Amino acid sequence: MQSGPLNWLAQLAAVTRFGLMSLPQRRGSVAATVFGIAGVVLVLVGVLSIASGFRRALVASGAPDAAIVLRSGADSEMVSGLSREDTRLIAEAPGVARNAQGALASAELFVIINLPKRSTGTDANVPLRGVEAAALRVRDHVALVAGRTFEWGRNEVLVGVGAAREFAGLEVGNTIRVGRESWPIVGIFAANGGVAESEIWTDAKVLQGAYNRGDSFQSVYARLVSPGAFRDFKDALTANPQLNVKVVRQADYYADQSETVSRLITTLGVMIAGLMAVGAVFGALNTMYSSVAARTREIATLRALGFGRGAIVVALMLESTLLAVGGGSAGGALAYVAFNNFHAATMNWQSFSQVAFAFAVTPHLLVQGVIWATGIGLVGGLFPALRAARLPIASALREL
Amino acid sequence: MSNEPEHRGPLVQVAGVTKMFHRGSEDIPVLSELSLEVARGEFLALMGPSGSGKSTLLNLIGGLDRPTQGTVAIAGDRIDALSDRQLAAWRARHVGFVFQLYNLIPVLTAERNVELPLLLTHLTKAQRRSHVATALAIVGLSHRADHYPRTLSGGEQQRVGIARGIVTDPTLLLCDEPTGDLDRKAGDEILNLLQGLNREQGKTIVMVTHDPHASARASRTVYLNKGQLSTEPEA
Amino acid sequence: MKYAHLIWGNLLRKKLRTSLTLLSILVAFILFGLLCAIKQALVGAVGLAGADRLIVRHKVSIIQLLPENYQARMLRLPGVELAVHQTWFGGIYQDPRNFFMQCPVVPVEYMAMFPEFILPPEQLQAWLATRTGAIVGRNTAQRFGWKIGDKIPIMSPIWGRRTWEFDLVGIFDGRDKGTDTTAMFFRYDYFDEVRQTQNFGKGLVGWYTIRVKDPARAAEVARLVDQEFENSPAETKTEPEGAFVQAWANQIGNIALIVAGILGAVFFTILLVTGSTMSQAVRERIGELGVLKAIGFSNGQVLGLVLAESCLLSLLGGGLGLGLAWLFIARGDPTGGLLPLFYFRGQDLFTGAGLAVALGLATGAFPALQATRLRVADALRRM
Repeated sequence: MQSGPLNWLAQLAAVTRFGLMSLPQRRGSVAATVFGIAGVVLVLVGVLSIASGFRRALVASGAPDAAIVLRSGADSEMVSGLSREDTRLIAEAPGVARNAQGALASAELFVIINLPKRSTGTDANVPLRGVEAAALRVRDHVALVAGRTFEWGRNEVLVGVGAAREFAGLEVGNTIRVGRESWPIVGIFAANGGVAESEIWTDAKVLQGAYNRGDSFQSVYARLVSPGAFRDFKDALTANPQLNVKVVRQADYYADQSETVSRLITTLGVMIAGLMAVGAVFGALNTMYSSVAARTREIATLRALGFGRGAIVVALMLESTLLAVGGGSAGGALAYVAFNNFHAATMNWQSFSQVAFAFAVTPHLLVQGVIWATGIGLVGGLFPALRAARLPIASALREL
Repeated sequence: MSNEPEHRGPLVQVAGVTKMFHRGSEDIPVLSELSLEVARGEFLALMGPSGSGKSTLLNLIGGLDRPTQGTVAIAGDRIDALSDRQLAAWRARHVGFVFQLYNLIPVLTAERNVELPLLLTHLTKAQRRSHVATALAIVGLSHRADHYPRTLSGGEQQRVGIARGIVTDPTLLLCDEPTGDLDRKAGDEILNLLQGLNREQGKTIVMVTHDPHASARASRTVYLNKGQLSTEPEA
Repeated sequence: MKYAHLIWGNLLRKKLRTSLTLLSILVAFILFGLLCAIKQALVGAVGLAGADRLIVRHKVSIIQLLPENYQARMLRLPGVELAVHQTWFGGIYQDPRNFFMQCPVVPVEYMAMFPEFILPPEQLQAWLATRTGAIVGRNTAQRFGWKIGDKIPIMSPIWGRRTWEFDLVGIFDGRDKGTDTTAMFFRYDYFDEVRQTQNFGKGLVGWYTIRVKDPARAAEVARLVDQEFENSPAETKTEPEGAFVQAWANQIGNIALIVAGILGAVFFTILLVTGSTMSQAVRERIGELGVLKAIGFSNGQVLGLVLAESCLLSLLGGGLGLGLAWLFIARGDPTGGLLPLFYFRGQDLFTGAGLAVALGLATGAFPALQATRLRVADALRRM
């Protein structure tokens, strides 16, 4: 045989082809390995899609040119408190966008009520938010999908689609009873999958009255003239001696809120999938070792004929990797079909209330899955391939 | 020796036995209305060309298979009428096998291989060890008891096979081409052993072989051709 | 047992293959242990709830406060043996990530309500003698390296927006394996006095726990309590402690389902991998199995041998895996604070062992049945 890279590639192709042709004979163990790797990728992508879905719900809420103002030292609206005067000063600060009606700032109130969850029948916490007129404009993508918006000054509420999905009885026309109060539901709104969809909104003034809050609020949501205006806005407020506030970008605020849950799920998900991957490597090694053992004579013959060691090693690793990638892709595809957009809700530890989100099988996750599968295939094929390369030809040819 | 009440008459009685094999949609008769008797203490050689049904006949005598028609009686017991489970128990008690390819279990030592049939009895560990030692002594392999088959020569492996075949002191010893895979010298050793077992210990032996040197050691030879027995080789 | 050599010898036949299969099984069972611990960490409290305790909270949500004088009114109701209150302090120790519960309580009656918190009597006395005293659970004390006598600063954004300083006078342990020892408790009288200066929450507490005289009549007592406060400014919702904790766990999500799903995927995979290996191993030995049958081994015995081999492998791998899982879990929370109650339940260990046996039987069944269906004559020819 002539030497040269082209010839080497031809050898590689030939050996690989023989390998793939002999697959049907070994279909039992091959199927086991492929399923094993598919399982690893399915679990990895599935669990991580929970974290990415949760993060997406929270991040979708954060407009880059919007800010949230809380009392200094509060890391969530629940423990924050601002007076009417405070909110006026905040709305007047430099950088706040304005329209014909005035500053695009909404002073808001945040309380929690209990409603029964559809999936379990047990009570869970739902945010009830009191807002001002600018509320729809200080957040992105908020739109009515059913009914109408509430009338100012009345006990009416607007329910987010996420909340409507997770909790029983939240339909237009129904009434929520909270203590002595009745809150008729007049409409449903969507917010591009963001956190607002898990909330119930009403007029801040009405909520203040119902909860004896006087004229105090908990936060101000403000739309800025541009993302760059944040710096000035923040500086002006923190420098103001009459105010004692904490100013954050909406995006950062929500990212912070999702951090705990995301971190937990990601840590656990990687730990679990990592262990499964180790198990899959053992399974792949088993398959490839027995595959090499079954083809000992064939491989020895090829080597006796002049096929190079290198071509055989690479061919075997290629075979193992192709199988693994096949399994991994199948697992990823299955994860996408089974989990993508699966609706669920979990507790946001900062606000102790439910956040509705959807599992998100992102392209990034699918790529990660394929990378893991490739890694498993490479490791699973390496050692058996090396063993095949080191076969003593003469005795291997005689082997029964 | 055997504790059973002495059975009068031939030890092996094969009467009118036919054995059919199915190949696709065809039924091929391997044995046709064959009858054979083997007396107690005989050393019988079964010869014939390949495909003549010798191994099939041996399997029927050894209770490894049942005839399509006809009867097989060993020491008066109609083994063709036994269920599978009864046959297994019967084989354990009454038959020892010696195979052409030795058929030793590679993960067991020589003595553990010989012990195998004894595991089916109620003997204690000490009793089993004693029987194994005796069997290995008879075949002259006591010094190789703890060796694995892969470290034994062909002849030695076959001797372990014979030890295994006699360790339960069976009524009948059945050998399927015992020297088929051995060279002349090793083969002669095996045949000496078998002859010794027959002459000195009175073991009844039925041996299938295609080698005239082997059949010469037997007390009687019958020939099988196209499923029929005769006392003469094919003309 | 007399077949030991045969079974063990078969496993050692191809050492590499057996080791790799063993390792796969081992990993699967480490995962099992890990997932059980995670599930316990998230929802385990349900099993440890007191059967004779009810939680009384504000009907609207637990965030709302209840009047302090409800305690006396509840004690007058028939069937109520004891009633204590506690309030969410919501404080931060150095960093919001160092989360643990802090509550002001009335010491003696609170410890009487929760006998699973074990506090040495002299420490209880010290607490009664120190107005700014606080006790903390072993878990949190170890986490931050606190010792009795330390001064603990806690910043509360809700109560006074200032840093409160407490004297650590006691460390309590849990009676049961899963008892939550992360909380910190301090004196209600000190708390009430300091919050007088704030115009917020005077005379209000977070929620109540009551003990019923007869657990069988718990539902009835719950109804009585809610009726007592119906139509008052702060209506109550009373439910058994177990139901309350379950509802809380449900808010996190259907953890049990997710864990079961992952375990299902893991075990399905391991079943395939190990089953395929066993099938291959048996197929290679058809001739030998034929010899055994020729010698006189019955179908049942051959089946038993194959199953014994697969079960031995799976019990070895499973046992080692569960053991390693146990060692890892004993080290505590692997997430650095998010799962403080991380432990391996005894009954989960048993379940794991049972699963190992089931795995052995399942992976051996198909090849074992194939072995019994062997016709001896055919098998011998394939030796």
